[in-house]
Amino acid sequence: MRIQIIVIALLLQISSVAQAEVYEKTLGNGLRVIVKEDHRAPVVVQQVWYRAGSMDERTGVTGVAHVLEHMMFKGTTDVPVGQFSKIIAAAGGRENAFTSYDHTAYFQQMHKSKLALAMKLESDRMHNLQMAKKEFAKEIKVVMEERRWRTDDEPRSLMYEKLMAAAYQEHPYHNPIIGWMTDLQNMTDADALDWYKTWYAPNNATLVVAGDVKAGSVFALAQKYYGSIPEVKLPERKAVGESAQLGIKRIVVKAPAELPYLAMAWHAPTLRDAEKDWKPYALEVLAGVLDGNSSARLNKALVREQQVAMDVGTGYDSVARGPGLFMLEGTPREGKTVGDVEAALREQLMLLVRDGVNAEELQRVKAQVMAGEVYKRDSVFYQAMQIGQLESAGLSYKAVPVMLQKLQAVTAQQVQEVAREIFNDDRLTVATLDPQPLPDKPKHNPAGAAHAH
Amino acid sequence: MLTKFVSIAVLLGAAGVALATPQIQHWQAPSGARVYFVEDHGLPMLDVAVNFPAGGGFDTAGKVGVAQVAFGMLDLGAQDLSEDDIARRLADIGAQMGGNFDSDRAGLSLRTLSKAEERDAALDILARCLQQPLFPEAVLAREKARLIAALKEAETQPESIADKAFGKAVFGAHPYGWHTEVADVEKIQRADLEGFYRTHYAASRAVVALMGDISRAQAEAIAQRLTANLPAAGAGTQIAPVLIRIDPSEQRIAHPASQSHILIGTPGVARNDEDYFPLYVGNYILGGGGFVSRLMNEVREKRGLAYSVYSYFMPMQQPGAFQIGLQTKKEQADEALRLVRQTLRTFVDQGVTEKELRAAKQNIVGGFPLRIDSNKKIIDYLSVIGYYELPLTYLDDFTVRVEQVTTRQVRDAFKRRIDPDALATVIVGAPDGMAGKE
Repeated sequence: MRIQIIVIALLLQISSVAQAEVYEKTLGNGLRVIVKEDHRAPVVVQQVWYRAGSMDERTGVTGVAHVLEHMMFKGTTDVPVGQFSKIIAAAGGRENAFTSYDHTAYFQQMHKSKLALAMKLESDRMHNLQMAKKEFAKEIKVVMEERRWRTDDEPRSLMYEKLMAAAYQEHPYHNPIIGWMTDLQNMTDADALDWYKTWYAPNNATLVVAGDVKAGSVFALAQKYYGSIPEVKLPERKAVGESAQLGIKRIVVKAPAELPYLAMAWHAPTLRDAEKDWKPYALEVLAGVLDGNSSARLNKALVREQQVAMDVGTGYDSVARGPGLFMLEGTPREGKTVGDVEAALREQLMLLVRDGVNAEELQRVKAQVMAGEVYKRDSVFYQAMQIGQLESAGLSYKAVPVMLQKLQAVTAQQVQEVAREIFNDDRLTVATLDPQPLPDKPKHNPAGAAHAH
Repeated sequence: MLTKFVSIAVLLGAAGVALATPQIQHWQAPSGARVYFVEDHGLPMLDVAVNFPAGGGFDTAGKVGVAQVAFGMLDLGAQDLSEDDIARRLADIGAQMGGNFDSDRAGLSLRTLSKAEERDAALDILARCLQQPLFPEAVLAREKARLIAALKEAETQPESIADKAFGKAVFGAHPYGWHTEVADVEKIQRADLEGFYRTHYAASRAVVALMGDISRAQAEAIAQRLTANLPAAGAGTQIAPVLIRIDPSEQRIAHPASQSHILIGTPGVARNDEDYFPLYVGNYILGGGGFVSRLMNEVREKRGLAYSVYSYFMPMQQPGAFQIGLQTKKEQADEALRLVRQTLRTFVDQGVTEKELRAAKQNIVGGFPLRIDSNKKIIDYLSVIGYYELPLTYLDDFTVRVEQVTTRQVRDAFKRRIDPDALATVIVGAPDGMAGKE
């Protein structure tokens, strides 16, 4: 139990530090401003997070959240097209943006002296965006190229897209963030403008600033640049959910590839109340027990010992606006099938449900989590990301120390209990990639083709 | 605050701010290893990286892939530790082992908490992986099978097909262009790995980088501990010269993907070359500067032809590739290709404007603090500075060297290095009707 004591001491130290360095304020127009002071290097990152992601889209306009993200670089009434990026670049900055199911965020990383400039530009495009038809016509083509590159020509991404569409039949996580190609082909500048007018408002955004700054002066700058942007009446957000699944779902995706591939996804809860929930924490620990290092259960059993799989993986994210999935994936080794990999994964889950996890495994995962908390402080950008993600998911940055304590408190019994509940075929969607030979090449390995049960 | 930083007042043209760069301590360990250290107590953690001239460029004909497999097996069994022991013990203390492998270098890296207990346990494992790797037969057989499957998969994916054809077209028979084939992997024996290790992982060729929460005395002890029992001096560290001038070529390779993957290039510049800075700054303007480069402007911003289009120089011991890349739907691939070639030709013929050069310098110099704002980024610089024997003042000189670049130097360097009429072009997923010429 020596390790336990070290870990708790470390935890307390981190918690107090984490709390001390974060400051928040809400402006009169509803913009939340959160500042993380970190004085290790003379740099700053500004991130603006809008609580509008692909899950807020309607049928027929999937992908519009991401298209608008592209259009945000296409000029405002004061800053002509192309100038935003030029001005940031000339100030030595790096910038980009990203769209997810839950949110859309924009960021600039710069020398700390350039924060006011970044705020001036970012606040301008929060309410002054121009939606020129000419620019939209070009940019929608860029987005279609992005879709071809990321998804259509990437067999595993394509399979993942179909898996999500099968696992979620009601919840908008059904739709890909980048949008269905048909919707992109039919999208207009009016759709993008409508999205902008609906969701881009100070009262639907969180401004996160991290780096070598003083919270007081950041608040003053935020007031100066964002303070006068009018509040917007946001539409009512309809509650969306996913009814209980009624039986196992299986899909097959054919695409040009050599190796088959398997993914199994079970519906799983995500964090709603950082203080009271326990299952999402138990699932995080479970993911670590299965796949937290290369000698963890799945890699050790399937790749190293049984040699059924080339590789295996586990995915679970407890922080999200919507419901979650606990995923396992694997690539069969030559001569083995996706059916063999599925059977081997199921055997590991059976052992886990039957026998539980041991104290060493539990402790190992917790040690990794605690060390990760120290390592994360090496990146100002990542620290800002974590704050933005939590806030967008409806949790709070204040949940960070709570979440760490709750993770440390997870018991072996809880891990076993949550495994028993989650790994139920009535929650499961299984997707397999059925590799198709290239036209001029014979198939290497017919035995590895998709396997039907 | 990144402590132990020496403020060096570098006047940055318009910016006019003083920059602080980390103070790099350098010595040779008794083992013969070269050590580079930045002491910093800002976070209770330590990063370590140990690099060797043992990358893919040190493979020999007939034994391609040995360097990569030897590197990949360093942490899969070492002196009394099985691969599971290694992974488990590192996880127990929250330490992370990683590595890097390219045509020049192979190296292991370690991130650990700096408290004595965790630090010592983590360094003990790293020391054994570096100095007593076992290359177990059973693990080798398994890893070969995994690598072979991955190679077969890569043969079906347009990006990998393009990379392989491009390497061959640019570097010909030089090891920088070698690509490991299934047959190469099948041949690899344990003795090959041991032989390669003994020859290329010598103490006198090791470069140890340390960054973080330890003292100089501790750093000295650690560097020695990680290298004292490495093999004695082995082979040379030089890679054969790259043939700079290549014949123009164009390969069109069929693929059912919806997009064509296009790569264009030629051998570029070596790490220690005098032309490095003019080419680096010039390339920012051509295709390195994200949203503001000429290629991005022509191909994406003006015409919406691609999501990503870029160019870069890969500076290596010998000249690595100069490469332009993009993906676009097949129907417009030829249009995009013409546009990219025209953009490059204009760039080489006419060079850059004073305005473009000023903007490039503003970004590179003004953004310099972002290059050294974390322990991770600094240790990566330490490894590069050490491996390529760049001056210890490299980070201090960086902005000065960028500021000194002139439009004339850019034009001159590109003219000498990049001949638009002698480039290798690879198009995978070639437009219909023109496919199949392999």
